[in-house]
Amino acid sequence: MADLPKADELFKSINYTPPSTGWMDTPVDTSPGNWCYPAKAEKLEYLGFPNPREWNPADVDWKLPENWQDIVHEGFKERLGKYRSLKVFMDICVRCGACADKCHFFIGSGDPKNMPVLRAELMRSVYRKDFTMAGKILSTLTGSRVMTEDVLKEWFIYFYQCTECRRCSLFCPYGIDTAEVTMMARELLHLCGVNINWILEPVSNCNRTGNHLGIQPHAFKDIVDFMVDDIEEITGKRINVPINEKGHEVIFITPSGDVFADPGIYTFMGYLMLFDHIGLDYTLSTYASEGGNFGLFTSADMMKKLNAKMYAEAERLGAKWILGGECGHMWRVINQYMDTMNGPANFLEVPKSPITGTVFENARQTKMVHITEFTADLMKHNKLKLDPSRNDHIITTFHDSCNPARAMGLMDEPRYVIKNVVKNFHEMPEQTIREQTFCCAGGSGLNTDEIMEIRMRGGLPRGNALKTVQDENGVNMLSCICAIDRATLIPLANYWAPGVDVCGVHELVGNALIMDGEKERETDLRMEPLPGKEG
Amino acid sequence: MNALYSLVLVFALVLIALFGVGTAHMAGLFGTWLPYVAVAVFLVGFASRIIGWAKSPVPFSIPTTGGQQKSLDFIKHDCFDNPVTPGQTFIRMVLEICCFRSLFRNTSVSLKNGRVSYASSKFLWLFSLLFHYSFLLIVIRHMRLFFEPVPACIGFVEMIDGIMQIGVPRLYMSDLLILAGLGFLLGRRLKDPKLRYISLVTDYFPLLLIIGIALSGIYMRYFAHVDIVQIKALTMGLVTFSPVALAAAMKISVVFYIHLFLVCALLIYFPFSKLMHVGGVFLSPTRNMPNDTRIKHHENPWNDPNIKPHSYAAYEDEFREPMIEAGLPVEKES
Repeated sequence: MADLPKADELFKSINYTPPSTGWMDTPVDTSPGNWCYPAKAEKLEYLGFPNPREWNPADVDWKLPENWQDIVHEGFKERLGKYRSLKVFMDICVRCGACADKCHFFIGSGDPKNMPVLRAELMRSVYRKDFTMAGKILSTLTGSRVMTEDVLKEWFIYFYQCTECRRCSLFCPYGIDTAEVTMMARELLHLCGVNINWILEPVSNCNRTGNHLGIQPHAFKDIVDFMVDDIEEITGKRINVPINEKGHEVIFITPSGDVFADPGIYTFMGYLMLFDHIGLDYTLSTYASEGGNFGLFTSADMMKKLNAKMYAEAERLGAKWILGGECGHMWRVINQYMDTMNGPANFLEVPKSPITGTVFENARQTKMVHITEFTADLMKHNKLKLDPSRNDHIITTFHDSCNPARAMGLMDEPRYVIKNVVKNFHEMPEQTIREQTFCCAGGSGLNTDEIMEIRMRGGLPRGNALKTVQDENGVNMLSCICAIDRATLIPLANYWAPGVDVCGVHELVGNALIMDGEKERETDLRMEPLPGKEG
Repeated sequence: MNALYSLVLVFALVLIALFGVGTAHMAGLFGTWLPYVAVAVFLVGFASRIIGWAKSPVPFSIPTTGGQQKSLDFIKHDCFDNPVTPGQTFIRMVLEICCFRSLFRNTSVSLKNGRVSYASSKFLWLFSLLFHYSFLLIVIRHMRLFFEPVPACIGFVEMIDGIMQIGVPRLYMSDLLILAGLGFLLGRRLKDPKLRYISLVTDYFPLLLIIGIALSGIYMRYFAHVDIVQIKALTMGLVTFSPVALAAAMKISVVFYIHLFLVCALLIYFPFSKLMHVGGVFLSPTRNMPNDTRIKHHENPWNDPNIKPHSYAAYEDEFREPMIEAGLPVEKES
């Protein structure tokens, strides 16, 4: 982050006045810092993706296949036939501009190509040329253009500056969803071997080791053992964590980010403590040790392939239903894609909480329940002994992750949980939360450091909202239900609202939870002294 | 520049009608054949666009949710912004199509005192509504030209539209409001640098064309006082497929032919343009689907059953030894 400008300098550099040259005549900047590192050839080879090679986006020659224009054209045609969304969204935009200032990347950069309408026009202009009669005959009048190498480069830069957060789609009078357009553009780029390592390495890891981070089964077990040790140190209780065991009622799947690094691990400890406390009959799996799905950011086929492990493993282990951890895009996949791609999973049963008897009718088909739905239900039925004062050192707010908010509508469940375990809770401004929430600017596989300035620019709206509650309410903790958030919001907060830390919701639950037979706690899950125990 | 091109195009259309009827005396062509062609192109074009969209399947259920999902009993479900049942989805669509629900959410961002601030911005919503509803009223009013006797409901719409009872002939509110709506839509496109940047010829052209239609219509009614009886004879001739004689057609003022020609141009242009958003909004998968894919199965017609996960067996084969060493259960001991 050496050459990242200071926050106030970056803020002052934002200018919403477009350049004097038209957007088709404004060349794309392919200098380093504007793109994520390309996927390594070995990853493409492993996944069977086309055109594996060494290449550098800063070079003029991207070493595309010779007939790349035909490949893109045919791929485009195929997808227009497969997705009504794409076809309708290519045709009906009236360029009213309602979406223009809804994108976090536009708000933080002022780059007109980050206006959702123009991002989609990058693709529509080619669509009109290739697939509409008017566009073929009257190029300039209809805003059509030929697919050239420069256009392809522009696609690569700008469709990897969209986090598929769908905020624009909420405000569009026709519901045009840039995420859908971005997904299609990325699929077309894959056909030519133009893709980024930060997505394809996790994808290939996930395929082989069961999780994005490439944690192998024995290492996964070691990490869980460490957490069990830490829990024992904090609570005096040694808990048992079943892994890959058959015959349990529930299989619990959470993003591997929660296993890998703090603050995710504290959230993971929170889950384990909760399950032990309520005596849940569950198992973890190393084969399906990833809740997230970078396939969503790759292609529909890859998303299906990676997601299929969840049902396969639930069936192998003989579980009755699946409980899912805190993750954003994971829940878009589970809510909107999983059963369609890999269901129906008739070997599972409609989820029923063994503690409260609540039947989760809203998960009747997928057989998969969100952990905050599960925990909120426990709390509503007074099944948990909680001491919220253990979180008195925390003044928190809640960041709605894009996908649970706009591709599911999971908004009050986490709030219900938080309010049961923390006394000090303050909402950020209403235009930045719930369905209007702003992205962490690292979603859809963009949480990589080589585009840190782009991320910090895109993080401005969230950072700014956070700063507001930090100044007004003394907020010192940003809670969230997403593993990517737990990684990306930390540099974002350090940059835009220094002094605010980031945590998962179940870390707060773990702090407040009074487990049977535990000792009097001196510290929270981060091993920092509890309020009143500082001496 | 794009706005200027569009203006030139619309003027060219006016001139074609002016010379075609005024000088070349082709009232038969402009008053009979062209309307038939225009209506045919519109109907066939519109239908084929809708069929074209409908031919592509909806592989995934991808509603954009705008409120709290239906989950636990004690959590209030926002049933119209995050519908679960077909009925709730229908109401979401009604709100979207009749009230422009999403546009009503509009905000505008500005940078003030080192902060990003969001202001409510409902003018686009308001003027879009004014424009679309005025247009609808005007279309309904014009239906009197195609019925004899005129159905009571059309008379009622006219009565409401002229309820302020100003002037002779009576001033229709929709005539003023449509100009206000169009003026705003054009004005913001020209004034807002962001919008000007994204606007194409195809964005200005339909606006200017409709402004041309509205102005020529207003001129006929309030200023030129064209002979409505002869016009009705012509339009009734069209719907009964017994066109009036050329001599009768030539008696109608040329302003009428300009108006009619612009309408024909709009009808012909419509199916090939962004104006198809009228039909497309009904087919938008982010709006017209319930958020129920955890409750009900949604079928993808091209779902490929051959895509399988990397199997557990292959996974265990690769990691069996360390798994056994770590004490993890395995299917095969070696």
